[in-house]
Amino acid sequence: MSGVWWAVIVTCAGCYALKLAGLSAPRRLLDHPQVQRFAALVPVALLAALIAVQTFAHGQSLHLDVPRTAGLGAAVVALLLRAPFLVVLATAAVVTAVLRLLIA
Amino acid sequence: METSTRSSAVRDGLGVGIAVGLSGLAFGASAVTAGLSIAQACVLSLFAFTGASQFAMAGVVAGGGNLVAGTAGALLLGARNSLYGLRMADVLAVRGRHRFLTAHGVIDETTAVALAQPDDESARTGFLVTFGSLYLTWNLTTLLGAVGTSWVADPAVLGLDAVGPATFLAILWPRLTGDGPETRTLRLIAAAGAAIALAATPFTPPGVPVLIAAVAVLAVIMRRPR
Repeated sequence: MSGVWWAVIVTCAGCYALKLAGLSAPRRLLDHPQVQRFAALVPVALLAALIAVQTFAHGQSLHLDVPRTAGLGAAVVALLLRAPFLVVLATAAVVTAVLRLLIA
Repeated sequence: METSTRSSAVRDGLGVGIAVGLSGLAFGASAVTAGLSIAQACVLSLFAFTGASQFAMAGVVAGGGNLVAGTAGALLLGARNSLYGLRMADVLAVRGRHRFLTAHGVIDETTAVALAQPDDESARTGFLVTFGSLYLTWNLTTLLGAVGTSWVADPAVLGLDAVGPATFLAILWPRLTGDGPETRTLRLIAAAGAAIALAATPFTPPGVPVLIAAVAVLAVIMRRPR
């Protein structure tokens, strides 16, 4: 079995275990302000890191992919205009695709 | 009276479940663009069933990244569901074997709908309706997105490589907009997280920079309470 399959299986098992653990854990854990704080903040750091890496990193090198970066910029504009979730994603894809077509 | 709060819980649940579920199209497309097989994309949606973790996993595969670090990143993102579970345990009041099925539905959207209801009864209804409609839609659209994309010779031509980061941006956006010191803290963490990840990229295998970005949170947590 390939490494990717193992990663998929561990991710599935781990994500389910995390959900079950929360539902089954002693509730006084939640009284701990540091735990609440960490859980509230960690996704913000990780999501921002994912945006940066998936936009600007190619393997271990950094580079500026103009169409993709412009697609992200278009998504920001869509968000500022309060567009629905799917419209934001479609905007990013369409702008990226059109620019790539024009540049090529 | 009771009927009307319950039917509004059903309405909320269906609205959120179907609308968010449709973005499974984006996940299916991103996953196949990243190099996952259709089967791998579907297994993730069926059994991991938590969007951000699934997108993160696909992103690391796309970069040809370190799979251990990628999996760890996906699990770290999934850890917030544990916190939701802590909060939801009382509301859902599940015991015995029911807990094992209910647990699978404890994610951002179901928690948000349940906690928005006025009483426990409609919170349970909201949870179940959101879980059911989201689970069905998300899995169907994952399959559609994955199959559709696999027919496209080069998904980058369609701009599908921009969908992953745009998804994260859309998820993060509501937390970065607004006023007050808490929003400023969140923006600081987001900026620091992104900067740390980019700075670490040339020196660590793909997947690892995102994990390292979590230290941005430690810096804030260790700070003296105000």
